[in-house]
Amino acid sequence: MQSIGEAFTLALQLVLSGDADLIEIVLLSLRVSLSATAIACLIGLPVGALVAISRFRGRNLVLVVMNALMGLPPVVVGLLVYLHLSRSGPLGFLGLLYTPTAMIIAQTILIAPIVAALSRQVLEDLHAEYAEQFRSLCLTRWQSVQALLWDARYSLLTVGLAGFGRAVAEVGAVIIVGGNIDHLTRVMTTAIALETSKGDLGLALALGIILLVIALGVNAAVQTVRLTATRQAYV
Amino acid sequence: MSDAAAMTGLPRAACPASAPVLPLTARGLTLRFGETTVIDGLDLDLGPSGCTMILGPNGSGKSLLLKLLHGLIKPTAGQIAWGGQPPGAVTARQALVFQKPVLLRRTVAANLDFVLKSRGHDRARLAALLDHVGLAHKAGQPARLLSGGEAQRLALARALATDPEVLFLDEPTASLDPASVLAIEQIVADARDRGVRVVFVSHDIGQARRMADEVVFLHRGRVAEHAPAAAFFPEPQSQAARDYLNGNVVV
Repeated sequence: MQSIGEAFTLALQLVLSGDADLIEIVLLSLRVSLSATAIACLIGLPVGALVAISRFRGRNLVLVVMNALMGLPPVVVGLLVYLHLSRSGPLGFLGLLYTPTAMIIAQTILIAPIVAALSRQVLEDLHAEYAEQFRSLCLTRWQSVQALLWDARYSLLTVGLAGFGRAVAEVGAVIIVGGNIDHLTRVMTTAIALETSKGDLGLALALGIILLVIALGVNAAVQTVRLTATRQAYV
Repeated sequence: MSDAAAMTGLPRAACPASAPVLPLTARGLTLRFGETTVIDGLDLDLGPSGCTMILGPNGSGKSLLLKLLHGLIKPTAGQIAWGGQPPGAVTARQALVFQKPVLLRRTVAANLDFVLKSRGHDRARLAALLDHVGLAHKAGQPARLLSGGEAQRLALARALATDPEVLFLDEPTASLDPASVLAIEQIVADARDRGVRVVFVSHDIGQARRMADEVVFLHRGRVAEHAPAAAFFPEPQSQAARDYLNGNVVV
């Protein structure tokens, strides 16, 4: 057990020296969470757009379910994915348990509802503005969806960011389906949990610092893009 | 026609039909919102060409009439027939310019390109269209930073890009400066001269005198008067129209 001061010093040394283990963990984290975000956007954005522009029976129920799924507990998602991917599960033959792919699947399930629900809200507001013009132009449903997704692109960037933030910061799902295996499925959050319980606070803190910097950096980048877009009245 | 719709993936309305879109016949047109009747058993006939100005006091149902005729809203009762076809079947052969233009969050050129592309029209027409409405020099600028007059000219260009047979205008020059008003009137007059049927809602009596071939005067959701412009302005037949033209309060 180190003092906080020693831990910080060690953490900074690890970060500044470009420790190989540290870099490996950070890169795997980014790979898993960025992949999950990309897939979640591919699924969630069209779903959000379709619900936003459609009126059908049971729509309110769909909205309640979508919003409720935003709060899915990561450990429960992890457990469900585990049950499906484990050797005796229905998808056990794929041999995906304890691989980065399993982690991507779990995080995708976790954040796709977030992307769908948040984008639905964004796109519904935009659609309220465009709907009459689109009807006058006789656009097909698909043309309307495409136009809404493109015109809301800067707001949807923030939606994607919310999904990425949730994915990169969660530990419950990836630890269950990934197993926190060194050099294979160890990501920042699972490493922090492990190193903290081992008392190796230096590595844990170093990873924590990097996680915070990534969060800050991504947010700053998105904010800059949005500000530029706002100046051009594209938001 | 349904086969063609299935092949192109376009809604039925977007398929070019051979039947003429004019004349228009509307009978017993009624629109109610709850207890409020905004269009009250209105009858209207529009001939094949020219510019019809729809005048009337606030709340007389002018804008809603345009939306009914364009097929954007359904009447509570009554029939509309465009050359025998229901409004929904000819929406794509008409265009509506709203009082407040709804522009996409893209450049001026991209706003036009979007319509040309969605209609499967020749996108090389873009430059000529921009030039026609005097926006060629603004092509690369964000559309939503245009001035009110420029934005409305872009909305007009977008409407014309659909090659409409009928052009509806819902107070397109409200709150614009005189130069912008004249620029827009010129574009509309050009379209009419090229054979586009123009149906123009306005509050501006001067504009009505400049543009109208005929006038439809609405009052309390009915046609109070429908007359050639040359007859309407010197001698309106209805009391409501006389009051309106004299600047009196019409209720």
